[in-house]
Amino acid sequence: MALLEVSDLWVSYGMIAALRSVSFKLEEGQVVTLIGANGAGKSTTLNTLSGLLRASAGSIRFNGVEMIGRRPDRIAAMGMVQVPEGRQVIANMSVAENLTAGAHVRRDGRTDEELAAIYARFPRLNERRTQKAGLLSGGEQQMLAVGRALMMQPTLLMMDEPSMGLAPLLVKDVFRIIAEIKERGISILLVEQNARQALAIADYAYVLERGKVVAEGTAAELSNNPAILAAYLG
Amino acid sequence: MDSFLQQVVNAVSLGAIYSLFALGYALVFSILGVLNLAHSAVFMTGAFVGLLLVDKLHQPLWIAAPLAMIAAGFVSILLEFVAFRPLRQRGAARMSQLISSIGAALLIVNLAQLAFKPLWGGTEAYFPQGLVPDQPIVIEALSLRIVPIRMIILVIALALVIALQYLVMRTRIGQQMRAVAFNQRTAALLGINVGRVYVLTFFLAGLLGGAAGLLYGLVFLNVTPFIGDDVALVGLTAIVLGGLGSINGALVGGFLVAAIQTFSIAIGGSNYKNAVVFGLLFVLLLARPQGLFGQSESTRA
Ligand SMILES: Nc1ncnc2c1ncn2[C@@H]1O[C@H](COP(=O)(O)OP(=O)(O)OP(=O)(O)O)[C@@H](O)[C@H]1O
Ligand SMILES: [Mg+2]
Repeated sequence: MALLEVSDLWVSYGMIAALRSVSFKLEEGQVVTLIGANGAGKSTTLNTLSGLLRASAGSIRFNGVEMIGRRPDRIAAMGMVQVPEGRQVIANMSVAENLTAGAHVRRDGRTDEELAAIYARFPRLNERRTQKAGLLSGGEQQMLAVGRALMMQPTLLMMDEPSMGLAPLLVKDVFRIIAEIKERGISILLVEQNARQALAIADYAYVLERGKVVAEGTAAELSNNPAILAAYLG
Repeated sequence: MDSFLQQVVNAVSLGAIYSLFALGYALVFSILGVLNLAHSAVFMTGAFVGLLLVDKLHQPLWIAAPLAMIAAGFVSILLEFVAFRPLRQRGAARMSQLISSIGAALLIVNLAQLAFKPLWGGTEAYFPQGLVPDQPIVIEALSLRIVPIRMIILVIALALVIALQYLVMRTRIGQQMRAVAFNQRTAALLGINVGRVYVLTFFLAGLLGGAAGLLYGLVFLNVTPFIGDDVALVGLTAIVLGGLGSINGALVGGFLVAAIQTFSIAIGGSNYKNAVVFGLLFVLLLARPQGLFGQSESTRA
């Protein structure tokens, strides 16, 4: 059984259908990426998985359990944790408070150990513990958003364009961190426009276009698809 | 005319009540981004239930006060469920939530009117004389007469304010309130039950508003269903002064409005006190819509 199985998902904003029969799956321990241009429906997909948007049809099975209709806080507590587009760190809270803001959903109670591990991995965050998160740089905010999600003990980490707006060096950092998280056995659903980097790290990929899955395959398969090559790998 | 020092003492104790009341507006605004105009009815509920318990059910004040606060807290929660949540869930505009809260205020005041008639034979009732110590403490050297209740109010109000600050800044539930105030979608992704935070926020606002109403009733000894009208404008001016969703701003604003009122009464008589407050609000909205102190996001609850 796949860890995550999305089938025939329909989502609309009022009259406008944003997702039209989207299906994909993710096996435990995998990194799966959804790539697509602006407005393809990537964030809509993640927000529906997180329970912020209501699907009009379809199913989302996580560990075999139907997730549609559950509240976002329950979904997060069940281990589906999202790092949202644009980081969304809580600007007027300190770095430390941001990190612990979601920690109450941990099931193993090892909050302090995780916090220490995050500070060890991201010394910049450690130095700035008491500073307001709004004062951090874009790269630091992305580290904070990832750290905050890890504090929630995710089984499946859903990341919405983590490399957006970052300088090339920092983009490399972000993908290195994703690889480390995978090493820890956490499954990852990665939404990206940065297709080349995403494919390099992913076990499997889906291409989303105007609310539909138009192609799927391993990184090697997609990289050899001339249409994909032209449209996404320029 | 009382001495200047005397005016200061009066203004400070009145300011404490206004601040408590204004905090309720600020708390709800910081989380919903909507003014809860029924908060003045919550204020009245505190005074009403306190009076009912003391006058009709012969309870001592130390029992009546917390019960009155809790009753006001529950009326406030009811507002969330009846006046705000249904509209919010339909994605209604903030303006319609504002109107809905005005409607709720009218309804609560009308219900109180209905209850006043059989209970007290009219629309005005009084706390029994001597319920709170009313012999002034006279300090000759400073020509100061301090009514003890005014000092008690100050202490109680400060204790409640400190407790609120502690809750919001130092506890997990306060952290969750601040997360919801920042962005409710982000808060939900962090595993925070946003609906529960709303309910708790309304309850806290109600506790403080109810306490303010009861203390106000105890200072002036009389209670009417319309007692909330006395402070509705004052409270709004206080939070506009302080910057709408700011806790510290509401505190400072409450004391400022009380000072302005007290001194305008001392100078021009009580007829002008509301005109002065309203004039102030008007000028302020024109000149500094973000509040006197231009409070930034960072002090929002
Ligand atoms: N709140 C909304 N109301 C109405 N339409 C929306 C809303 N949010 C998104 N849409 C529309 O739904 C479609 C999918 O948007 P979505 O944000 O999911 O795209 P995306 O793939 O995440 O794009 P990007 O790479 O720019 O983040 C777009 O056509 C967008 O205009
Ligand atoms: Mg997006």
